[in-house]
Amino acid sequence: MTAESQPSAAVLDGQLLGRLDRRRPGLLVGSLASGALALVFIYCWGYQIANGIGVTGINRPVFWGFYIINFVFWIGISHAGTLISAILRVTKAEWRRPVTRSAEAITLFALAIGGLFPLIHLGRVAIFYYMIPYPNSRMLWPNFRSPLVWDIAAITTYIIGSALYLFLPLIPDAAVMRDRAAAGLRKRFYAVLALGWRGTAQQWHSLEWGIRILAVAIIPVAVSVHTIVSWDFAMTQTPGWKSTIFGPYFVVGAIFSGIAVLMIAMALLRRGLSLERFLTDRVFNNLGLLFVTMSLVWGYFTFAEHLTVWYSGDLFEKNVHHVLLHGDFAVPFWTMVVVNLVIPVAVLSFPRGRRPLPTALVGCGVLVGMWLERFLIVVPALSTPRLAYSIGDYMPSWVELGIMIGAVGVFACLYFTFTQLLPIVSVWEMREGWRHGGSGEAGDATSDAAATSGTAAAPVPGGGGA
Amino acid sequence: MTRWGMAIDLDRCTGCEACVVACAAENNIQTVGEEQAREGRAMHWLRIERYYEGEFPNVRTRFMPVLCQQCGAAPCEPVCPVYATYRNPEGLNAMVYSRCIGTRFCANNCPYTVRVFNWFDAEFPAPLDSQLNPDVSVRPGGVMEKCTFCVQRIQAGKDEAAQEERDVADGDIRTACQQSCPTKAITFGDLEDPDSEVSKWAESPRAFSLLGDLDTRPGVVYLSGSEWREPAE
Repeated sequence: MTAESQPSAAVLDGQLLGRLDRRRPGLLVGSLASGALALVFIYCWGYQIANGIGVTGINRPVFWGFYIINFVFWIGISHAGTLISAILRVTKAEWRRPVTRSAEAITLFALAIGGLFPLIHLGRVAIFYYMIPYPNSRMLWPNFRSPLVWDIAAITTYIIGSALYLFLPLIPDAAVMRDRAAAGLRKRFYAVLALGWRGTAQQWHSLEWGIRILAVAIIPVAVSVHTIVSWDFAMTQTPGWKSTIFGPYFVVGAIFSGIAVLMIAMALLRRGLSLERFLTDRVFNNLGLLFVTMSLVWGYFTFAEHLTVWYSGDLFEKNVHHVLLHGDFAVPFWTMVVVNLVIPVAVLSFPRGRRPLPTALVGCGVLVGMWLERFLIVVPALSTPRLAYSIGDYMPSWVELGIMIGAVGVFACLYFTFTQLLPIVSVWEMREGWRHGGSGEAGDATSDAAATSGTAAAPVPGGGGA
Repeated sequence: MTRWGMAIDLDRCTGCEACVVACAAENNIQTVGEEQAREGRAMHWLRIERYYEGEFPNVRTRFMPVLCQQCGAAPCEPVCPVYATYRNPEGLNAMVYSRCIGTRFCANNCPYTVRVFNWFDAEFPAPLDSQLNPDVSVRPGGVMEKCTFCVQRIQAGKDEAAQEERDVADGDIRTACQQSCPTKAITFGDLEDPDSEVSKWAESPRAFSLLGDLDTRPGVVYLSGSEWREPAE
């Protein structure tokens, strides 16, 4: 698909920025629907705080349920963005240019929601700050040996890092928006975001270096976050959880589910905002290849994990293993294997399968599969404790379901708002790409010509309208 | 130093559950009601596990009182993010209720599944409120709790001994479960004192630790002469 003509700056502005000046009824409906779901989220959480954590379905021995499953799930999704976009930036993959912004936004919003779930899960959420090392008169510290405290450190670092990583490349675009906006609240909003950006060579130089440093620094942070999330389980001695493979297994699963969300979001954005020219078939082809690779790696880890457990013959481990593969949890387990491994490999191995619609559909399946994976990690291990007398069962309550579905609404609400306020495809990076590589898809153009891109990003008068 | 410990002779246990009732009365444990209990939310700090041997009708039941094992290397302690559960100098796994934020991580990491959680605020409708033990706090909702080895009785025993200007003698301090056991299957005392009854029981050839291969170093020792303590397979 390299035959596409190079659009002029005016067309680029018109399509990527011009739409921000108009109201779209479809997006309005979407915003309202997601806003309604967000209210469900708020109501259910409020109900739980007022009545006690007992309104959930968790019990003894299944002390952790949907909230922890969704916590791991959303943190996994957050790996869509920052990690993938950082890897693509560091390796100077040219086809990253239309993808990075939407991916980074997914990261930030998914992290915000994922970070809420451990708080929703607490028995006494009002004193959650006991987990934070804050100065207090009684000289009390949190317990730094607890993986939950590591979690807080890792997630806080990641959320600050990804917010910066989303924000830095946004500055030149915010400046363009500022210059296009009529005087008023909107203009002031963009002016604050643009931080006085004027597009000088010095500013471009600082920005490029800032992005470069962050892109490298954020990769170990992202890897550490999901490793530490896995250690919430792997550091225990609960059969089915204590496993040395969990760190890398979780990171792979996180990237896998992250790409799934990215594929869905990009297919929707491409259609909903008519971005076919920017999110080309080639972008989908490349991401599809990465997607099927992650599916195979995930399958390998799953196989290795279960083979070693089965082979060991450990009595307690085998109990958990049995309910997973043949017992009460066999249906979700094998469903997970089909949607996470069989279908992605069957569809994405062929070029025709790596188009927007099939990749998005496979992505939906993988989201279900990865959610099931987290369910199958949390619940079977807890419901099958060592002492058989305590074997238990778990069924979520309507409050847990409401919060789970409502969280999707909160996410969609934030994402819709973002696409309405700011360009979801990075305008200056697209221009830079065309300047260097013609079609914006050429192989290895570098991006350090600060001065040239500086002039390119200066606001172009008369760019509005499509 | 003192290391509080308990020994339970399973060959004497009849499974009468007097200890369970005594424990609930002594420690202000809330009764959650039929519906909540069915959901797996009964809050017994001490439970009698029943294991059946043989085929019907030739069935024999084995009883096993299971409570917090007050481990010397407790898996529940390091995972708590706020130090709400910690090891005190006398070998107890103490709970600081006011510090607990309810992550329930400790309960997940307990191999004995002996920790119980207050899913709701406790209710003691009259006249139950007038039988509350004034020496024990009533825990709020959202807080983890478990067997304390009747820490209030330990404290009272030490206070009494201090007033009489003597050391705590073996047998001064009796836990509620021990006191109520009709077959005297439970004994309690200082494991560091070689002359205490609990130390002598612990040296019995019938003594063993529950899930001993985990090396949690429990403060509770079980005694049984039966073959059933060996793994079935």
